[in-house]
Amino acid sequence: MKHMRTPHRLLLALLLALLLLVLLPTPLFWIIQANYIGLYALVAIGLVLLTGIGGMTSFGQAAFVGIGAYTTAYLSTAAAWSPWLTLPAGLCITGLSAYVLGRITLRMSGHYLPLATIAWGISLYFLFGKLEWLGKYDGIAEIPSLQFFGIDLGQERHMFFLIWVIVLAAVWLSLNLLDSRAGRAMRALKGGRIMAEAMGVNTGSYKILLFVLAALLASVSGWLFAHLQRTVNPSPFSLAMGIEYLFMVVVGGIAHIWGALLGAAVLKLLADQLQVLLPALLGDGANVESIVFGVILILLLKYARGGLWPWLCQFGTRLMPSAALPIRVQHVSTLARRAVPTKGDALLEVTNIAKRFGGLVAVNEVSFGVKAGEIVGLIGPNGAGKSTTFNLVTGLLHASSGTVRFNGQEISGLHSRAIALRGVARTFQHVKLLPSMSVLENVALGAHLRSRQGFLRNTVNAMLHLERQEEQELLDEAAHALTRVGLQQWMHAPAGSLALGQQRILEIARALCCDPLLLLLDEPAAGLRHLEKQALAQVLRQLRESGVSILLVEHDMEFVMQLTDHIVVMEFGAKIAEGTPAQIQQHPAVIEAYLGGIE
Amino acid sequence: MLDGLTNGIVYGLIAIALVLVFAVTRILFIPQGEFVAFGALTLAMLQQGQTPGPVWLLLLLAVCATGMQLYTLLKSGQPGGILRCLLKNLLLPVAIAALVLWAAPQQLALPVQVALTLLLVTALGPLMYQVVYESLADASVLVLLIVSVGIHLAMTGLGLLFFGAEGFRTPSFWDARWQFSTLTLSAQTVVVVVTALVLLIALWLISERTLYGKALRATAVNRLGARLMGISTSLAGKISFAVAAFIGALSGVLIGPMSTIFYDSGFLIGLKGFVAATIGGLASFPLAACGALFVGLLESFSSFWASDYKEVIVFMSLLPILLWRSFVAPVHDEEEE
Repeated sequence: MKHMRTPHRLLLALLLALLLLVLLPTPLFWIIQANYIGLYALVAIGLVLLTGIGGMTSFGQAAFVGIGAYTTAYLSTAAAWSPWLTLPAGLCITGLSAYVLGRITLRMSGHYLPLATIAWGISLYFLFGKLEWLGKYDGIAEIPSLQFFGIDLGQERHMFFLIWVIVLAAVWLSLNLLDSRAGRAMRALKGGRIMAEAMGVNTGSYKILLFVLAALLASVSGWLFAHLQRTVNPSPFSLAMGIEYLFMVVVGGIAHIWGALLGAAVLKLLADQLQVLLPALLGDGANVESIVFGVILILLLKYARGGLWPWLCQFGTRLMPSAALPIRVQHVSTLARRAVPTKGDALLEVTNIAKRFGGLVAVNEVSFGVKAGEIVGLIGPNGAGKSTTFNLVTGLLHASSGTVRFNGQEISGLHSRAIALRGVARTFQHVKLLPSMSVLENVALGAHLRSRQGFLRNTVNAMLHLERQEEQELLDEAAHALTRVGLQQWMHAPAGSLALGQQRILEIARALCCDPLLLLLDEPAAGLRHLEKQALAQVLRQLRESGVSILLVEHDMEFVMQLTDHIVVMEFGAKIAEGTPAQIQQHPAVIEAYLGGIE
Repeated sequence: MLDGLTNGIVYGLIAIALVLVFAVTRILFIPQGEFVAFGALTLAMLQQGQTPGPVWLLLLLAVCATGMQLYTLLKSGQPGGILRCLLKNLLLPVAIAALVLWAAPQQLALPVQVALTLLLVTALGPLMYQVVYESLADASVLVLLIVSVGIHLAMTGLGLLFFGAEGFRTPSFWDARWQFSTLTLSAQTVVVVVTALVLLIALWLISERTLYGKALRATAVNRLGARLMGISTSLAGKISFAVAAFIGALSGVLIGPMSTIFYDSGFLIGLKGFVAATIGGLASFPLAACGALFVGLLESFSSFWASDYKEVIVFMSLLPILLWRSFVAPVHDEEEE
């Protein structure tokens, strides 16, 4: 992929437009507007990452801007630090407070974070306004301007360069980040957390990472703001401003980095127009602006939740249809694989596991085993507890009693993430994928644990696109898995556009990317046509040949009988029979469970 | 101390309304506090014999609701329902508005004005649900929250438009004061406590004994299940909003005589209600009420010890509360979009 991709072309176009803006004799008014738009855009980019990508939200971004601004204001006046040193200081304080705030709230369900950030925003506002050494509500004045090798950046035209270099850098880094392994994991946070955990993604860490990143961007904006205005006071960092930042993102397009820039620009220009227009229309005194903003916000969310950017993109693609991406057919895998245990060794040993939900016993003292290189079927009527058993083995649920051992280690009580790390991959009965991401990206999520880089290093590398070699390997692996299951021609289609049967196959490909020793398939053949089922059975047999063991839940008896080496039958949460397919077909208890007893 | 208690009771009422709305509709209703301010200020306007601004908001919302319904009716080709729709949506709001418009200049007795205030503000609740939230019932908590913030912005702006930037303090219902050794007990405190108790008992009775109450509880437990049982979730939403608006207005009327209320005072009051409701995990009524008393006391103590940092202390107390909750009940609910 040597040719330039669309996001980078846009970045270049924006760079040219900005250069034009300063090189032409643009009136100072527009330069100042552009400066403020840049400051807002920085915060908005953080919010897009947080809200549009990560599915969390914060009303407290203005407070983080405030920390950045007040840190530099205080240190560069009272302590007489160089403004270039106060930036890292501000980033440290912001990052630390965001980390603590995130650690406390992100453990819990989604709506606590916005509430906590509201409280945070208000508290900081009052704190800024009450502390003596921060100048109370008057703030801090006479902040020195930035100096850059003798150039005074106090001038708006000079500041313009610094602001927009930083904004463009932020855009570039964020776009890079999203187009990477870490980015895929982040995009899975919204609506796919359980699945991502089962693929070994540490969703908690990625959430905190996004929250801290958003806060850091806000802090940079605050630093620039302080040196642009040369004075700070609490009011630009109030909760109302925090709400306004969110408003920009909703207007621009909450799921797009470019939406942040668009939203910041639209809001700044709109607000200026409204300030002139509304008092003229309705007489001043009243705060009509906030009414208009409030109503627009509601209308947008009701009727155009995507914001302006996707709408513009539609126009764009109609004018310039983008070239189809090349299909990558990959027949061999290049990534290192795990050592496969000797065929016939005990791989999974489930001993007396039970799960009780209150008084209901969903799984009752079930024991069975899977040997290496074996396909085991788990069958039983609906409600027999098969899927619950799956969830117990993969750590999605924790057993009330009993033990699960895998490859000689006890895994009961571990997180699904830790279990995935040991080589257990699964699919879900109700397909869990990210419909707007491409098939290839969905599958590549399965290869998350194949990376050799640590969490932070990988993230930094991803931002700078220094991990391209490894990224290619991961995508090749995903392409390989897709070729294996026969979905390669759809690899660039959105996953949501596939038929349900294909989505199930996609889940298998994703699980294969984990390089599993044991594959748990929950009704893989449901929704497939006869020939597709045969093809799937063929793939599963090949996997068995290569040393992967498979545990599958399936209702299609023909499929199960021709494929499996061993079958476990459950009914009402208990195991009623176990044996080879031939034995099970003859087993009286099984026949009774499926066909009803003979009175 | 007693101030803390009465404030705590008011926060408690608000917290209960917030928990109710959240349980039934999954909406984090940030503008709850605006109802409080609207309640107090509407009463103040009536006291002065002026027409309270929320009347116009009521009419506007009613027209919007009717317009939206007419649009769907016409689109689906059922012109027959137009008259019914007009009657159903417009009759009550217009009647209430007319009543308030007529009564405003009359300077009626205080209890009548209180009743009018409650009526007017309560009527805003269900209409707001119908106009803003009804079509969004299946959106994520996050979207609903941002919409709530939008309403908050709009309502604060409207508050300034309706009531002006001045603050008001309404006369107290009962001026008596009793002296118990060192403790002075004002009658207003008694009124607050008694009203809150009556309201709590009434709410409890309604939710336990009436069909509507049971429908609300069913919706709170399982929306889809309730809908399949023939309970209209939209009706449940409207009822919970009506209750929330009523509680808000009542709280406003109750604190009106104790502190000066500005058009934007509601926000902080509502947020303190949220802090309280969070103590109960946004799910438990008794815990939310206890939390509210705690917030009220914390506030009065901190205003005694460090009055400058009152708000900071109250809102920062949310953090340890959240930390504590994350250990007690680490809920991980997956919200599939």
